[in-house]
Amino acid sequence: MHGTAAKEIKRIRFAGDERSSARATFALLVIALLLASFSFFLGPSNIAPADLVSGLFSGHGAAGVIAREIRLPRALLALFVGAALGASGAALQGLFRNPLAEPGITGVTSSAGLGAVIALYFGLATISAAVLPACAVTGALVSAGILYLLSRAGAGVMALVLAGVAIASLATALTALALSLAPNPYAMSEMVLWMMGSLKDRTLSDLVFAVPLTVIGVALLVSAARGLDALTLGEEAAHSLGIDVGKVRRRVVFGVALATGAATAAAGAVSFVGLVVPHLLRPFYGYEPARLILPSALGGAALIALADIIVRFADPSEQLRLGVFTALLGAPFFLWLILRLRRDA
Amino acid sequence: MNALFFANVSASYGARPILSGVTASFKSGAVTAIVGPNGAGKTTLFRTALGIVPSDGMIRVLDNDLKNWSREDLARTIAYLPQGSDTHWPITARRLVALGRLPHRKSFAPATAADDIAVADALDRCEACEFADRAIDELSAGERARVLLARALATGAPILMADEPAAHLDPAHQLSLMRLLKDEARRGTAVLVTLHDLALASRYCHEILVLEQGTVAAQGPADQALDDATLARVFGIRALRVREGEGSAVLAWTAL
Repeated sequence: MHGTAAKEIKRIRFAGDERSSARATFALLVIALLLASFSFFLGPSNIAPADLVSGLFSGHGAAGVIAREIRLPRALLALFVGAALGASGAALQGLFRNPLAEPGITGVTSSAGLGAVIALYFGLATISAAVLPACAVTGALVSAGILYLLSRAGAGVMALVLAGVAIASLATALTALALSLAPNPYAMSEMVLWMMGSLKDRTLSDLVFAVPLTVIGVALLVSAARGLDALTLGEEAAHSLGIDVGKVRRRVVFGVALATGAATAAAGAVSFVGLVVPHLLRPFYGYEPARLILPSALGGAALIALADIIVRFADPSEQLRLGVFTALLGAPFFLWLILRLRRDA
Repeated sequence: MNALFFANVSASYGARPILSGVTASFKSGAVTAIVGPNGAGKTTLFRTALGIVPSDGMIRVLDNDLKNWSREDLARTIAYLPQGSDTHWPITARRLVALGRLPHRKSFAPATAADDIAVADALDRCEACEFADRAIDELSAGERARVLLARALATGAPILMADEPAAHLDPAHQLSLMRLLKDEARRGTAVLVTLHDLALASRYCHEILVLEQGTVAAQGPADQALDDATLARVFGIRALRVREGEGSAVLAWTAL
């Protein structure tokens, strides 16, 4: 009895009316920016925060170089990588109408990593700086395309998750194979970066591609939002409400491929952000898929910024990789979610 | 006026024909039941009019060929309540009903006063106001059926198609659902409803369309469309005819 009453109160408090949702979104934005600022001031070189700030604006001296070339790209990339993954997770969950969908679990992240590895270790990336992100997006697009074909053929969510497991295993195996065959002698030792994700030693050139691709990808996802709401009622009802369901699917698949591809090209494979963030935020937005996409982007940005701070605090030499850390938190969460869904069903 | 008119409509899933040469008309202000054994093509008939399943022949919606309708205009003209009607997220009943306003809303535009009024009115007509702010997964099957019907009514479309809305409801909720459909017809809407229960169909519907393996076996008032010969041939049953006051109903009695 007590439990039911508590649940009822929680429901009412989290009913997700527009004003409280707007407050939650604003809070997420503030938290993400605060964490990114904190990240900016965090690093192995002992430079006073005031010097870093003046260095950021002037660009002079060691402080200027560190602020502009190392700290700023890292702090900003954390935001954009997190935003890409969070929004992708929210949109995939809306499309598949299941809280278990996520770029990592569905194999999109590992396929993007495979694309990046092929570009990097077979010398394609030297042709142009655009080749690496292009290959990562292509990898993401291939796996997202397979998911699209499966969902169009009417595959259930469990089939999609299992297909994701197969895609991820295949992409990981091909990544390992590519690295074994790569002419670069250091390739094997760097494999960890692509399979376990990190924001260490990123530069402004990583931002140049990650930002526009993420922005376009998230914009595509947002443009599909109305259709995702209608899909709450099922595909035929969505169709009868004037929604072009095929178009919604294509936008989500392309948007996820662009955003996840960009994030993976910049940071390697970082999983579970797209799973955890939308799930935690959903009650604050009335469980409606459309309203969840932008907040999930902000929440993902905050989570990656926080995780990137924690991995540096935990071990300044950064043996604890960002992707390992998110998987250590995310994988148990995924198991807990499956158990809870089974119990509710 | 005929709200919906099918002339020689055929449809198939792959090589398997589902509808062949269906000619039927549906009037505004009337409830028409579509009955027939499993696999007779009842749901497919709805899907062809919605453009979900391609068809041959001609379908006229409000005296205009289906081919001339834009996706958006058709969505404002035909409201569709699919069978089963699962909802995939525990959104509140009010927000679920508001999805019925999507055809009237531009992308990213907030709900207008007209939207809010239509949602409140639909909830009120379906007697769903008292649980409007509860999550859909916390409602009983009967309450949920009323909310889903309110979602379809909120569109304010002149044609309403409901696919097996009475399935899984207890008798009291079945009767109240049929009364709601009849109320909607009284407002001028053409209501099309597929039913398995011949008693509900004959008791509440102005007209009955009997489908048999994708063709029209009969259409007309209950006592004509559901005569003994048709019941025996299409359903393989013998029925009792019950009269009470002004009303009458066909009651499936024995399988032949």
